[in-house]
Amino acid sequence: MMPAASDLKIVTANDLLTGDVVYLAPDGGWSREIAQAEVLAGADLAAARLSAAAAQPGVIVGAYLADVAATARGPAPVHFREEFRAKGPSNYAHGKQVEQNNV
Amino acid sequence: MYKYNDFDAKFVARRNAEFRDQVARRIDGRLTEDEFRPLRLMNGLYLQLHAYMLRVAVPYGTLNAAQMRQLAMIADRWDKGYGHFTTRQNIQFNWPKLTDVPDILDSLADVEMHAIQTSGNTIRNVTADHFAGAAADEIEDPRPIAELLRQWSTDHPEFQFLPRKFKIAVTGSPNDRAVTRAHDIGLRMVRNAGGESGFEVIVGGGLGRTPMIGKVLREFLPKRDLLPYVEAIVSVYNLLGRRDNKYKARIKITVHEHGIERIRTLVEDRFAEILGRFSGADQAQLAAIEAAFAPPAYIKAPTEAFEAALERDPVFRAWADTNLSDHRNPDYATLSISLKAHGKTPGDASSDQMRAMADIAEAFAHNELRVSHEQNIILPHVHKSNIPQIHALLREAGLATANIGLISDIIACPGMDYCALATARSIPVAQEIAERFAEMKIEHDVGPLKVKISGCINACGHHHVGHIGILGLDRAGVENYQITLGGDGTQDAAIGARVGPGFPADEIVGAVERLVDAYLRLRTSRDETFIETYRRLGMAPFKAALYPQVRADAA
Ligand code: SF4
Repeated sequence: MMPAASDLKIVTANDLLTGDVVYLAPDGGWSREIAQAEVLAGADLAAARLSAAAAQPGVIVGAYLADVAATARGPAPVHFREEFRAKGPSNYAHGKQVEQNNV
Repeated sequence: MYKYNDFDAKFVARRNAEFRDQVARRIDGRLTEDEFRPLRLMNGLYLQLHAYMLRVAVPYGTLNAAQMRQLAMIADRWDKGYGHFTTRQNIQFNWPKLTDVPDILDSLADVEMHAIQTSGNTIRNVTADHFAGAAADEIEDPRPIAELLRQWSTDHPEFQFLPRKFKIAVTGSPNDRAVTRAHDIGLRMVRNAGGESGFEVIVGGGLGRTPMIGKVLREFLPKRDLLPYVEAIVSVYNLLGRRDNKYKARIKITVHEHGIERIRTLVEDRFAEILGRFSGADQAQLAAIEAAFAPPAYIKAPTEAFEAALERDPVFRAWADTNLSDHRNPDYATLSISLKAHGKTPGDASSDQMRAMADIAEAFAHNELRVSHEQNIILPHVHKSNIPQIHALLREAGLATANIGLISDIIACPGMDYCALATARSIPVAQEIAERFAEMKIEHDVGPLKVKISGCINACGHHHVGHIGILGLDRAGVENYQITLGGDGTQDAAIGARVGPGFPADEIVGAVERLVDAYLRLRTSRDETFIETYRRLGMAPFKAALYPQVRADAA
């Protein structure tokens, strides 16, 4: 089944120094948790935030917009690629899932 | 083993210092990402899904114990305690931090290793038969040629910006273990009627989006002409190869579009033109390299302990059956260490395992290890009397899996667990297939069967040449796996054919099981392998087994 094309977006990228997946937060900083990402409704807002993010090349690499769904726990990935990015690899408990399990 | 000369060492040190400065300039903002990206790629540093990834070259897959230990040290100090051995006979570290990479490169240089030309549109790490210098069926050790090509291609000023990446593989044996027919240039050592050794030169093979089996450009090339001839091929490609479309830029497309005849004419012309420039210096260089690859000082000792262990210990015997190969010295064997423990990640080794392998190589295997393109580690030269003890040590290290060449000896690329280009995961599929067949305990009965899995059309997992190939795709936002059958990476190279619609992740293992069941039913005897049965009967019975529902619906 085709997931519904989402109108809700977030800005995501990789951290310049560690490569870790990061999300643009409402305060303009970067969070490592997708749930903390700023949810962007509407193409104009999304494009504006993306270009603001791209203007921080000293912090992040490769910013882009990803689709999300709104949930009670905050924005959640729609596509499986973003699910893996938000969690870490499936063959080892490495990456974000380690910190998430410790919460 | 080849030792860096002064020039090699200085070159690597200079490149590392340069890259250290480039990293610093990227971090303080003097370089933009657009400027930095090609520079980091020239040094093997990728940005993947969760982190940076550093790809370290293991030229023609050959390592000594000190190098393997250093890789273990790097894994512990700057990564997460393991490394991933790849189908290009390289090793990848999945979690380095950008700021640590210059130090990692320096520690690689300490053991004569580097990450140069493991990316970018250059001539990549030259791969070779992992049994080189040991195999019973070999004409000559192909590694001196591979080393000569490495020296010639490293930082070659004309070939740093080719239309696309360029991969060369070389084998000294008629039995092709280096997949030479799926490379931009494949070199297969042959003898001519006069008994002189030379190369069959194959060009334009490759997997990826448009898989092609290479074509023979020259049936017999005398060894002394190798470098000028290869240079002629690369320079013809450099001019003729397409730069307008990334997907049409590999030499396989150049050969396809212009035809092998035209390429041959151009290469022969260019060869004639440049031959004079190769004054024989390359031959002197080759002679020096060959001396560095002299066979080890074989020991002489009785082999009864080995024969006795085969008699006594069924576990040892089962492992010996799959993991040992004939050596040119009858008192020796070539030992394959499987990095495919059932349920583990194909090609991964922990730092402890790397150290265990290094210790074994140093104590019992003339200090030599190889990385195979099938993502295992090879001890090319082991005296048979030492094998029982090696086996015991491997068991302690969790490295005694008896499955070389069997269904669980799966090649799998990193897929969407790590790779930024992936369309689906490959590692969990490999893990599940291996576990399922381990549970059923039938893989030794099934016999030789090559399963290869790629997480996208780039085909790093060589799925096109798997007897059973699996390609992970993204179908409308869901992982989907397409099966190809009948591929072959040996001297009888063939591209597998797609059987039909793909399977979702939770059905792919069952699908493979149905194929294996069909084979067991269809084979004439235990001696007929999966690929032989497939060749005899064609796809139809396998297709029927794969899609029983379709058949039932049609009935
Ligand atoms: S085949 Fe695709 S997914 Fe797998 S390693 Fe290569 S590029 Fe990545």
